[in-house]
Amino acid sequence: MTRSTRRTRTRTLRVAGVGAAALLALSACSSSDSGSSPTSDTSASSSPKPSGTVTVFAAASLKESFTTLGKEFEKANPGTKVTFNFGGSDTLAASITGGAPADVFAAASPKTMAIVTDKKDAATTPATFVRNQLEIATLPGNPDKVASLKDLTKSGLKVVLCDKTVPCGAAAQKALDASKLRLTPVSYEQDVKSALTKVELKEADAAVVYKTDVKAAGDQVEGVEFPESAKAINEYPIALLKDAPNAKAAKAFIALVQSAEGQNVLTAAGFLQP
Amino acid sequence: MTELDVSDAAADILTGEPRRPRVRTAGVPLPLLLPALVGLAFLLLPLLALLVRAPWRDLPNQLTSTAVWQALQLSLVCATAATGVSLVLGVPLAWLLARTDFPGRGFVRALVTLPLVLPPVVGGVALLLALGRNGVVGQWLDSWFGITLPFTTAGVVVAEAFVAMPFLVISVEGTLRAADPRYEEAAATLGASRFTAFRRVTLPLIAPGIAAGAVLAWARALGEFGATITFAGNFPGRTQTMPLAVYLALQNDPAAAIALSLVLLAVSIAVLAGLRDRWTAAPS
Repeated sequence: MTRSTRRTRTRTLRVAGVGAAALLALSACSSSDSGSSPTSDTSASSSPKPSGTVTVFAAASLKESFTTLGKEFEKANPGTKVTFNFGGSDTLAASITGGAPADVFAAASPKTMAIVTDKKDAATTPATFVRNQLEIATLPGNPDKVASLKDLTKSGLKVVLCDKTVPCGAAAQKALDASKLRLTPVSYEQDVKSALTKVELKEADAAVVYKTDVKAAGDQVEGVEFPESAKAINEYPIALLKDAPNAKAAKAFIALVQSAEGQNVLTAAGFLQP
Repeated sequence: MTELDVSDAAADILTGEPRRPRVRTAGVPLPLLLPALVGLAFLLLPLLALLVRAPWRDLPNQLTSTAVWQALQLSLVCATAATGVSLVLGVPLAWLLARTDFPGRGFVRALVTLPLVLPPVVGGVALLLALGRNGVVGQWLDSWFGITLPFTTAGVVVAEAFVAMPFLVISVEGTLRAADPRYEEAAATLGASRFTAFRRVTLPLIAPGIAAGAVLAWARALGEFGATITFAGNFPGRTQTMPLAVYLALQNDPAAAIALSLVLLAVSIAVLAGLRDRWTAAPS
């Protein structure tokens, strides 16, 4: 156990790993992570089939369909494991540019994908794989008789929107602007799922969310389509990341998402073809 | 027992009066000093980074925006209101825990401390289920009085008080236990009722403990994020407090987020420092 050189620091850490070392370990974490996935590295070069763990950062609205696709991928490629990090696209983009070890990024808007591509953190040009349309989620049975986007501006109606910084909020604003409507919500939620949750808990009367979220929520909410949503359709880009620890399997996963089989799963969830 | 420790520590921080005799630094063994210094660096480094990366040139612009003032004002008002609620309800609760004996008191005390360890988001969900428009109690508030708390400024105060009150209760209870009950007994023998004794004797006696608890509760309320965004939502000027503004600004404007964080940091430091001075000057 040598302590003299800096290059051996991570090694000494593993042996010592006590007290004062904890802080150094924190700082060493990010750097050691990218290099310490021997299973994926070796398999990528030696065997033709993908193996190891694929880490996918995906928009919250993709949760249900990507979870299904992940299971299909694992079944089709024994020895692989797909782990997901679902969240607001902006938050995910920020963690990727911050150095989070991920293989694939699937964002809910080109704008959030651009955060990653601007920092040159993507290895491939982002490709649009689905599109998503907005829908109004109301309480079951639609007790407030919401039939259009304009109905949401009725006084006394508690409406939640996504914050303008997240794609669903930006899209909702676009639809409102296109129809020259002014809507004051009771809250700007931090992502699409938390907007929907407020309706599911009956705390809000309506929310502007994605069609796919209404579908995923089942009987808990009722969806109301509105024509203005056609003016604010979100494109979902997917890209392989530059520092992907398991690029080979990641490429295979992206191929599955874009394949006819993958598209079937996504359209069944309510997404539109690209 | 742990409660007492917490309150002691709180009093120590705020009064700057060590309860134990001071050990000379020369006598500190290296195996203790080294991790201690690393620990200190670990706690201060992130705050330093905030200062280093702050967009100083752009700061005046960032800070004069109305959105920032709105959020700061709302934060200060709500944290103060939450501290007020905590004082009105928390001091009697602390007295009950420290001065009376009833079955299950230990259990009640454990429950009181629960919001301290509960993830704030869980607290927010619990508040929604209890006081929300469709909640266990909230549906009656709505149908009888027409009061709904989610998405209102009052909701922010409720969320903050829920998370901050335990700090006050623990602090006051610890002080009460340390205070000599014989003063109250003496007051009673002189004909004072129990409430008069509490008002005229106990309260002045435990004032420093109450102040320490109030400052802790205020600071906790000011920084509250999870319960607030879950229970009260996020609307500028009504429920968007500073921590929420920081979080959402971080999504698309990191410079603004840093600027907002600096304000919160400055306010927190100013309050802690200011109160500490007033305290040490006051006769004990």
